[in-house]
Amino acid sequence: MSTASTTFEHAAPPNAGPRAFIQRLRQGDEIAHIVTLIFAAGILLITSLLVYELWINSTLSRHQFGLNFLWTQTWDPISGDFGALPFIYGTLVTSIVSLVIAVPLGVAAAVFLAELAPRKLSDGIAFLIDLLAAVPSVIYGLLGIFIVVPLMRTTIGPVIKSVLGELPIFKGPNYGVGFLTAGIVLAIMIVPFIISVSREVLLTVPRDQREAALGLGATRWEATWKVVVPWARTGIMGSIFLALARALGETMAVTMVIGNDPKIKASLFAPGYTIAAVIANEFTEATGDLYLNSLIELGLVLFLITFILNGLARLLIVATSRGGGHP
Amino acid sequence: MNRGRLLWRKSLNVVMLTLTGLSAFGVVSILFLILGYLIWNGGRSLNLDFFTQLPKPVGETGGGMANAIVGSLKLLLLAALMGLPVGLLAGIYLAEFGGKFFSFVIRYTTDLLNGVPSIVIGIFAYSLVVLPVKHFSTLAGGVALGIMVIPITVRASEEFLRSIPGSLREGAMALGASKWRTIATVILPAASGGIITGMLLALARVAGETAPLLFTAFSNRFWSPGWSQPIASLPVMIYTYAIAPYDDWHRQAWAAGLILLGLVLLANVGCRLVLNRGGVSRSI
Repeated sequence: MSTASTTFEHAAPPNAGPRAFIQRLRQGDEIAHIVTLIFAAGILLITSLLVYELWINSTLSRHQFGLNFLWTQTWDPISGDFGALPFIYGTLVTSIVSLVIAVPLGVAAAVFLAELAPRKLSDGIAFLIDLLAAVPSVIYGLLGIFIVVPLMRTTIGPVIKSVLGELPIFKGPNYGVGFLTAGIVLAIMIVPFIISVSREVLLTVPRDQREAALGLGATRWEATWKVVVPWARTGIMGSIFLALARALGETMAVTMVIGNDPKIKASLFAPGYTIAAVIANEFTEATGDLYLNSLIELGLVLFLITFILNGLARLLIVATSRGGGHP
Repeated sequence: MNRGRLLWRKSLNVVMLTLTGLSAFGVVSILFLILGYLIWNGGRSLNLDFFTQLPKPVGETGGGMANAIVGSLKLLLLAALMGLPVGLLAGIYLAEFGGKFFSFVIRYTTDLLNGVPSIVIGIFAYSLVVLPVKHFSTLAGGVALGIMVIPITVRASEEFLRSIPGSLREGAMALGASKWRTIATVILPAASGGIITGMLLALARVAGETAPLLFTAFSNRFWSPGWSQPIASLPVMIYTYAIAPYDDWHRQAWAAGLILLGLVLLANVGCRLVLNRGGVSRSI
């Protein structure tokens, strides 16, 4: 491994001869260096192996369907015809619904914690919100099935229908399970991430920005909304991307409340399916290599989407914490 | 006119600030709602059988999840054995030895691995361990969870190693200790409290994972001796019992949910209190 040998030479003092090197080897420094390096490189190896396995094990379906896989609607295991579109659609719709709910709620809560609440209260609430983020997703699924779905059927659904029933996205029968229910559960799951990261970002906004705005006669809200939040907007975007990546990959809670029906429907009350949910449900039952390969290709698609989003999120957060958030 | 505008601005101020406060308290109240529901529904369903009995055959009421509790512990043990050493040593590399570029690459990859959806990790462990031998196993489940433990452990280890003041390091070096001796006898012990807490947090997180176990450890209605058979775990049991059409299974799903959530939250409260006292950032 070339990296190993180069760092090897770096670690030795500039004008060290072989004797000094052996001295250091005897002391154990180089051994410790190499051992830890191997484990660090192990992480690289694991990640590359992950991509490799996804790629290799989806060969059959990649060759059979090509790029058509991404925009075909049929999912028929019996005739061996597989298209990912209903799942991609379901994944996007549930994630968008969850963002529509979670972003205003999360950013507002973060503004309260960073700008208004006294430090002690803010820290206390942030602590509780970290706990909320630690709740396992199967617990959200459990509550989703037994609390949110009935509530959707009896209360939330009818109320939305009576107010906005004319909109095409709220037409059609309400079964309790479906895109909207999944989106609501997802929103609860991702809101802690938006709050946590946005709060940290807002706290890094320099104090004099606020003081200048207040000094010019702005109200507290105007100072926050027109000065502090724009200053931190790159970082807040980063937190939203992180949350989105999580929503896209979330499996258990969604599987339990979305209704598991591979159809593309405009109505948010309709049952649907997501990429993660179909993998969770059908993987162990997949008969035949093509079926299994198609499911693994879905996993590859999911991996690539979250990979890109996570990369973007990191860049945005790093950009703000370097103070580059402001143009 | 001017006064009207001022009044408007002031009322907007009050309304919006109130709304932000309501959002914050609304989100926090969800945590208490979750806890309340689980304690109410789970508390009624818990009994001694839950901890001591095997699941009853389909259709019979009663029985417990003793095998799933042991199963979860076995899976966590495997995950700890595989994930923690890798994470710790990689963390030491990043904090103590790493060159600039290579460290950046490792850190970035670690974040990336952390962001991989857990169901995809499941596929990975499946193709790595299950596919070659053609059957589900405890080992496969442990591999899946072990991979998920690594990124969190790396970040915790690196962060706590870096938080040790340079004077300690210089002191040890000045006494003639070599670098690795300094790390092993001075830095690591000084950072051990934080690192161990970080490791516990990592384990608490994977303890609740369901998706990567569905097709690696699978499930089992009996005891699973050894490491090469399918094994039951609490999260998978909650899932299967919750979506099944039997009331008695729903009751047991709530009970299992209460136990799982209780353990995960307890571990989190304990660890985060320790971490906050240390004044280290909450980024883990």
